[in-house]
Amino acid sequence: MDFLKKIFGVGGKGSAHVAKNRLQIVLMHDRTDISPELLDNLRAEIVKVLIKYMDIDTGKIGINLEHEEDAVALVASIPVLRIKRGGKIEAAQ
Amino acid sequence: MAARVIVTTSGKGGVGKTTSTANIAAALAKFGKKVVAIDADVGLRNLDVIMGLENRVVYNFIDVIEKVCKLNQALVKDKRVPGLFLLPAAQTRTKDAVNPEQMVALCEELKPDFDFIMLDCPAGIEGGFKNAAAGADEALVVTTPEIPSVRDADRIIGMLESMGKSPIRLIINRLRPNMVQDGDMLAKDDILDVLSIDLIGVVPEDENVIRATNSGEPMTMNLDSPAAHAYLNIAERLLGHDVPLMDLESYAGRGFMSKLKSFFSGKRKK
Repeated sequence: MDFLKKIFGVGGKGSAHVAKNRLQIVLMHDRTDISPELLDNLRAEIVKVLIKYMDIDTGKIGINLEHEEDAVALVASIPVLRIKRGGKIEAAQ
Repeated sequence: MAARVIVTTSGKGGVGKTTSTANIAAALAKFGKKVVAIDADVGLRNLDVIMGLENRVVYNFIDVIEKVCKLNQALVKDKRVPGLFLLPAAQTRTKDAVNPEQMVALCEELKPDFDFIMLDCPAGIEGGFKNAAAGADEALVVTTPEIPSVRDADRIIGMLESMGKSPIRLIINRLRPNMVQDGDMLAKDDILDVLSIDLIGVVPEDENVIRATNSGEPMTMNLDSPAAHAYLNIAERLLGHDVPLMDLESYAGRGFMSKLKSFFSGKRKK
């Protein structure tokens, strides 16, 4: 009930705190919004690092920012085919 | 002299950029500074009418850039306040008529002759904003206490930061103290919380803004009104004076008018 009161801004308080809550959520999403170009660049760089250490299925990579109600996460799904061992890492470096 | 170049911007339209530019420019001139207000809103110019100088515009800054006229031919001298000038925008051109490099060059040409160059930026985040911001060192971001305006201010602050503008300071405009008191309007601290930026002033909602726009005389030239007072304070803070924030809450209480009268009949504290 208190929760509902909070949401609808009744029970003594006005609409300002509703505005503030909405604003905070909107800004969090705005500030973590990423352009498709930037995401492509990020994906390419991550792949560049990963292939020094492992063979990955580059065709099935999924990297995205996932927006929840009050949190934002960078979620990556990268199928690994084989870990590279020993000499290959040094060679890559 | 080497002028400080300050852009007034907001992202969202209609929040009071032009009114703020005109009033702060006039206030700085009243404090004895030599000030030029540049209307960077090419195609939608309005600073000339807010300042009441529309009948004296002959050339504009696009003419200067295209060498149709000399810089001092385009400057409109405000006869009411010594040291106040307007450099108008072209009304029949578009924002593409100028580029950031040309704005920088224009400001550089003006710098030796002025203490302050105030750039009135168009709404939006496109070319017009980038042109206006390019020439500036400092920025004033205007917002009203409403979600759309604060949201756009946040976007603009991010862009100004990445352009290296400093300091970037916030003007909260059209605040209604009584609504804040009732909990129905975002308070100053709510806005500062979410934007995390320095505040340079809070301007209360004031009918005199409309009267001043009607008559074409910026409030800070003559008027004793809450908004005029707030803009004078902002100008003083720009000059580095430590002026306390107005006690807006007391306006909201009972006896609003009497408090206001006693407030303005007393001497203005430094």
